[in-house]
Amino acid sequence: MKTLCSLLTVFLALTPFLRAHAADTSASRIARGRYLATAGDCVACHTADKGKPFAGGRPIETPFGIIYSPNITPDRDTGIGGWSDDQFYRAMHTGVGPSGRHLYPAFPYPYFTKATHEDVSAIRAYLDTLEPVKNARKEPRLTWPLDWRYLLRGWNWLYFDEGTYRANAQKSPEWNRGAYLVEGLGHCGACHTATNFAGGAKASEALEGGMLQGWFAPNITGDRRAGIGSWSTEDIVDYLKTGRNSHSGATGLMAEVITDSTSKLDRSDLHAIAAYLEDMPGHPQDVSPLQGSPTLAAGRAIYRDSCSACHQYDGKGVPKLFSPLGGSALLQSRDHTTAIRLVLEGARTAPTDARPTTAAMPAYGWKLSDAEVAAVLTYVGNSWGNATPEVAASDVRTVRERLRLEHDH
Amino acid sequence: MAKKLPAVDVVLVGFGWTGAMIGEELTAAGLRTVALERGGWRDTSTDFAVTFAQDELRYMWRGHLFQEPAHQTLTFRNDSSQTALPLRHLGSFLPASGVGGAGVHWNGQTWRFLPSDFVLRSHNEQRYGALSQDMTVQDWGVTYDELEPFYDKFEYLCGISGKAGNLRGARQDGGNPFEGPRARDFPNPPLEMAYGPTLFGQAARDTGHTPFPCPAANMSRAYTNPLGVMLAPCTYCGFCEKFGCGNNSKSSPQTTILPVLMRRDNFELRTESEVVRINMDSSGKRATGVTYVDTQGNEFEQPAEMVFLCAYILHNVHLLLLSGIGLPYDPRTGEGIVGRNYAYQVVSSVDVFLGDRILNPFVGAGALGVGIDDYNGDNFDHTGLGFIAGGYLACWNTNGRPIEYHPVPKDTPKWGSKFKKAMAENYLTTATISTHGAVMANRGNFLDLDPTYRDARGRPLLRMTFDFHDNEHRMSDYLTDRAVDIARAMKPREIHAKKRTGHYSVVPYQTTHNTGGAAMGSDPKTSFVNKYLQSWDVPNLFVTGSTVFPQNAGYNPTGTIGALTYFALDAIKKQYLKNPGPLVQL
Repeated sequence: MKTLCSLLTVFLALTPFLRAHAADTSASRIARGRYLATAGDCVACHTADKGKPFAGGRPIETPFGIIYSPNITPDRDTGIGGWSDDQFYRAMHTGVGPSGRHLYPAFPYPYFTKATHEDVSAIRAYLDTLEPVKNARKEPRLTWPLDWRYLLRGWNWLYFDEGTYRANAQKSPEWNRGAYLVEGLGHCGACHTATNFAGGAKASEALEGGMLQGWFAPNITGDRRAGIGSWSTEDIVDYLKTGRNSHSGATGLMAEVITDSTSKLDRSDLHAIAAYLEDMPGHPQDVSPLQGSPTLAAGRAIYRDSCSACHQYDGKGVPKLFSPLGGSALLQSRDHTTAIRLVLEGARTAPTDARPTTAAMPAYGWKLSDAEVAAVLTYVGNSWGNATPEVAASDVRTVRERLRLEHDH
Repeated sequence: MAKKLPAVDVVLVGFGWTGAMIGEELTAAGLRTVALERGGWRDTSTDFAVTFAQDELRYMWRGHLFQEPAHQTLTFRNDSSQTALPLRHLGSFLPASGVGGAGVHWNGQTWRFLPSDFVLRSHNEQRYGALSQDMTVQDWGVTYDELEPFYDKFEYLCGISGKAGNLRGARQDGGNPFEGPRARDFPNPPLEMAYGPTLFGQAARDTGHTPFPCPAANMSRAYTNPLGVMLAPCTYCGFCEKFGCGNNSKSSPQTTILPVLMRRDNFELRTESEVVRINMDSSGKRATGVTYVDTQGNEFEQPAEMVFLCAYILHNVHLLLLSGIGLPYDPRTGEGIVGRNYAYQVVSSVDVFLGDRILNPFVGAGALGVGIDDYNGDNFDHTGLGFIAGGYLACWNTNGRPIEYHPVPKDTPKWGSKFKKAMAENYLTTATISTHGAVMANRGNFLDLDPTYRDARGRPLLRMTFDFHDNEHRMSDYLTDRAVDIARAMKPREIHAKKRTGHYSVVPYQTTHNTGGAAMGSDPKTSFVNKYLQSWDVPNLFVTGSTVFPQNAGYNPTGTIGALTYFALDAIKKQYLKNPGPLVQL
């Protein structure tokens, strides 16, 4: 019997078209699974640089070491071709792999647990249609004792709430759809929510910004100063659909999210996401702009010399090409890492069909010192209605050192 | 032995303005297109970012964006009795290398030629009688009215800043009253005008002329073109000509087309791939593709259904001659086409030392200026003047850069304390009026293969035989005198008229407006391509750019190059793709 099964498997693996049918699956279910896998941006983590899509191997940097994403193509030996649908659902819903082994929460099962069984099964049906790719998983490089997986039981007990999303009857169906996507498959909080010392999400600060992989993912609540409260619903939809709106353009990791995921979602879902995010209150703080500091004067001179050609004297920029700086959430974030990084190494926005022009900021790391970067960011963070604490040269030094380390890899 | 690659529908030789335009339109029509560019990839934020774009030493003096003569050059002589010598430094003109071509380092002066320019021979003969037998000028075989929609298309692609002077036949105040009728105004308003050109405009008006803001490919405001590509407002930094724009403010292939084209699955760009030959089948009536060489010296054959020559004019003509396509021009008999009708531009200037008015020449844009067109083409009566055609006069605010720009009165020493003192006194207060004249084709001016000098691949260099003739000298003197009239009306402390005298020299920079060598027309005896830029002899071979100009007009060529390319593409898409073959039947 076992031999027969193996033979059958080999046969099916070689004929994906037939196998797709054997595995059940109507075309509409596969299409739905594909859409949901896009909403979950599975391809981003599960594809290595220049690797085959979904074949894994991308290093995911965590505060505790590096984890390599696994292969989720239907290859039986190195992918998930040998998993049953129930095993797949268990992994997505509880973070436990088929052998009973706990998965590291770099895999965002604390979010995916909210997805319905039906949606998860559709994703599986879609993944089953991919061409199987042989790509053995790489062992994580974690600091002791975090390489002991059984510790994850304790982590789960502390920080993981298993359970499918439950609709909030007080809110509209649109809001609930947005919440389902943001809190579930979209796993926005995986980047945009701060984590505690153990890497658990700080639920009380949901979507108010978080650090990962050397970026500060900004506050995306309705906070008008530090969040996106000044954006209209259409602004949010445009940003997610085209990578650009009148306030900002996506760079860095968010550019990948837009290219691979949100630009491909239906506008109705993007409206739902916007409705939910706008309704998140955050914790707005009353911050007064700095005044009279000599750093501001120095920063203004640097700004006029090096920045105003694109961002204009009045900080209004050229909407959808060179970001306006007045009202920028990024510049007023409680953590300036991303702003510092953009100045030091420059940035490129992701081109999309709707906005094909790549807007780009050149690198200034080679021509501005730590103190100069700090001064100019302090100036723009406290001009045109902005307010943020003074950026320290030592903060710039920290980011610069980190980038240097990255570049030495 | 060349490695034969899979065939494609279209191969583009060179990837500047016309290559990008053709690539965009034909990939949109579904054709598999490969562009071959001898230089490297160039992109705004990486290669001319605002943090280093304004580096005069690197770009202006060390020619970072230009062709390297050590790699490829040509030989030059003034007339057939001389032995041509190779150019070891660029001078009079600056061909580019790399993606975007000269469309990266141009100023952005984007004119339409006059309706009478396209019927130059018949118009002038009708009005003034027979022309000198040495003038091999001819009608273009295409009219202004035919080109108008395609001028418009190119101007809207680029986001040209300007003011219409003639909307559907109705005069418009503030624009150029001599221009051909436009269907609609420019996509963007004129740039903010600088003080020097404003003073020129006032003086021009006071002396009975009609000044207008010159059409500019420098953005007067943010602009999204019909392809969805965005350009930003110009910052008036004054680093246009010889520089890439770091602010996305100057139209170039990079800032108007490439963001869309590079995303198309049916388009492929191969950089550092130099085409060395156009391949023909045994009948000699059909191009089978091209052969190119990469930087490793590997040779590839790229078969294609259609071949477009989109390189700089000197390379297009060189390639035709090396590939043995078309009959080379023979100046003794006047027979042959390839290399015939080579022309250029004749320029002069008048420095106007105002003494007390501060002009801030460091504020500028490549096409920031006021012009008059009263002496261009046949906008004025040439009876008794001894020449045909003309040019525009303009006062620009650009290029006021520290190393290059040091306006000093005549007879000032070239160095030392007197030079420094004169420089300090005059830098801020000097305007220059330029004249930009047409050059008529002449039987003694041509391009052919050099019998002596060879390139690194052992092939004969291109040889240029060129001089200004009576028509150019008389016309340029006339234009310079008119510039002097206006300069005097600006009430200067003194002026310095720099007339164009003597033989053409290939050494000092003049303009990168070389034209001709594979002229267009309606008679295969005097033209290499028909009005659709299609070779008469080889219907699947097309030649673009100023290479096809039968003679040069008194304007910068890019606007007309754009219009001709879109006009040809329209016929290619509507007729040729359905029924490949000659687009003009004789």
